[in-house]
Amino acid sequence: MDESLPFDRLPRVELRAISKHFGRGEARVDALVDIKLTVRAGEVVGLRGPSGCGKSTLLNVIGCVTEPSSGWMQLDGEPVYDGRFLRSDLRRLRLTKIGFIFQTHNLLPFLTATENIAEAMELAGIRRHEARERAEALLDYFDMRQMRAYPSELSGGMAQRVAIARAIANSPHIILADEPTAPLDSVRAGAVMDLLTRIAADQHAAVLVVTHDESIFHRFDRLIGMRDGRIEGEQVPAHPALAP
Amino acid sequence: MNLALRDVRRNKLRFALTALGVGMLLGVVIAMTGIYEGALADALALPRALRADLWVVQQRTFGPFAEPSRIPRDTRELIRRMPGVAAAGAVTFQTVQTRVGPKPVRLFLEGYEVGRLGGPANIIAGHGLTESHYQIVVDTSSGLHLGENVPLGPYHDPYTVVGLTRGMVSSGGDPMAWVNLLDAQALQFAVPPALERREQASGRSPPTTTDINAVLVRLSPGASVKAVAADIARWKHLSAVPEAEEESYLTLFVIQKMQQQLGMFMGVLVAVSAVIITLIIYTLTMDKLRSIATLKFIGAPDRVIIAMIVQQALALGLSGFGVGLVLIEQVKGYFPRRVQIETRDLLIILAIVTVVCLAGSMLGVRAAVKVNAAEALASG
Ligand SMILES: Nc1ncnc2c1ncn2[C@@H]1O[C@H](COP(=O)(O)OP(=O)(O)OP(=O)(O)O)[C@@H](O)[C@H]1O
Ligand SMILES: [Mg+2]
Repeated sequence: MDESLPFDRLPRVELRAISKHFGRGEARVDALVDIKLTVRAGEVVGLRGPSGCGKSTLLNVIGCVTEPSSGWMQLDGEPVYDGRFLRSDLRRLRLTKIGFIFQTHNLLPFLTATENIAEAMELAGIRRHEARERAEALLDYFDMRQMRAYPSELSGGMAQRVAIARAIANSPHIILADEPTAPLDSVRAGAVMDLLTRIAADQHAAVLVVTHDESIFHRFDRLIGMRDGRIEGEQVPAHPALAP
Repeated sequence: MNLALRDVRRNKLRFALTALGVGMLLGVVIAMTGIYEGALADALALPRALRADLWVVQQRTFGPFAEPSRIPRDTRELIRRMPGVAAAGAVTFQTVQTRVGPKPVRLFLEGYEVGRLGGPANIIAGHGLTESHYQIVVDTSSGLHLGENVPLGPYHDPYTVVGLTRGMVSSGGDPMAWVNLLDAQALQFAVPPALERREQASGRSPPTTTDINAVLVRLSPGASVKAVAADIARWKHLSAVPEAEEESYLTLFVIQKMQQQLGMFMGVLVAVSAVIITLIIYTLTMDKLRSIATLKFIGAPDRVIIAMIVQQALALGLSGFGVGLVLIEQVKGYFPRRVQIETRDLLIILAIVTVVCLAGSMLGVRAAVKVNAAEALASG
């Protein structure tokens, strides 16, 4: 780890020469090719590109849901992949270090809003009572009142906020979001981006967001483009207020 | 957090209906054992109520319930005078069928000597026989009432119901009835006059009507059942069957077929229940595959997921068992024969249900363990 960097500039996600292909022979798909990527603490990075270019695959690789075919990867200062996964308890790693936000909220349908968040904390070893209190506090922080409602009783925006609360419940250092604002109108999309920005700043988390939504491009510190499994370029979006 | 319980709470109606279905199935299983235990209790009710130490029957036979036994009436006097015998009573047994008004009635009739061994026990209304003829004590399961007339024999002699017992039926389930020995002998051995004349005309002697089927013996204190039985066998050329043996013949031979029949049926039922419970648990798990993938995705270990499935399976099985038990307790009084639910049988069924639920959840657990966390990402 690079000790000379200030705390909020520590690299949280580092990928070197990561490749991933599905299938073989005729059916081979190179979803990721020679990816080199670093996301630092406090950074909110956008990931854009045409459909099928490998954005979701990249997120799944970083989340250790999909095993890369080759390369090297380090998460939160700890090498986790070097031609093979270096840890056997990848779920534990996900539980404590990585928060995932999906396009559809993916909450457990049989748990209330509070319980969905508390469950993630309990799985990480926090006591039931404390988990509940913290879950309620978190929902409060998100301006949510319907704590006892089930996901099916919540609007899309509210369910997405609960899902974000669950993703950050264990204060992960890495937050991965796959089109989190897709089902939301621009006001709610803006609110979600506000949240992610706030979390990145408050928790020194690296936030990586896949999006097609141009209306939020200006919210990112960096915007990375992908095409055919490769990183194709990077830009620092101009803030609308700074635009001429 | 208990995920199994939360899921049940969220889907109360579905769980309740499923438990009701499983409960009805298990109710049938419980009823089956109850019917078997009831038959066993019924078969033993009579010999136990008679409280004899020995049953004296025709030589080389196993007693009045197993095969016909015919011995002369004076046997009772002979036996009574033997050392070690405190009391003896001559009895006959037979099945009679008649009509009371429009209602057909079938009774297992015992003839006994008033004042001697063999009379009705547990009279709950009226009294025992007081006169030497045409009185009858019947079990309430016959549906007869005090004061009713029961026509018996070739001449439909009216027997008046003077006493009622409860819970006394034959091993075949027929209600017990008691009449005076003389009446019973007439009913069992007498032939209609026309037949009697024909028998005489053909030179055969008319059948004797003074025979009995068995002598009940009670021993004096300190007398050995074995020794007295051996004496009777040696000197009187009769079989003397100890009470315990008589009971074992009853359970062994008389209801053995029923036991096998019910045993087979139980086996089929348990197998059917096992398949159904397994299918239900598997379906419940498949319905939750997406949630299971999500759980894996957010980092839940397999242990948490397996516990959820197994606990739900057990909850289903145990609730079903409870529902079944309550259902059977409610309806068992309407069965025509005794349904006796024994704690021991319930524990066995409970153990089987638990094993079936555990085995049944294995199929679901396998599917759950195999599911990939990435499936949580699949849109839908
Ligand atoms: N499990 C898989 N098996 C085989 N091929 C896959 C698998 N997952 C993804 N792919 C392929 O990998 C490529 C990249 O897919 P990916 O889902 O990462 O694209 P994406 O950029 O997220 O697209 P979209 O914008 O539509 O979500 C696609 O060609 C896809 O068909
Ligand atoms: Mg995608």
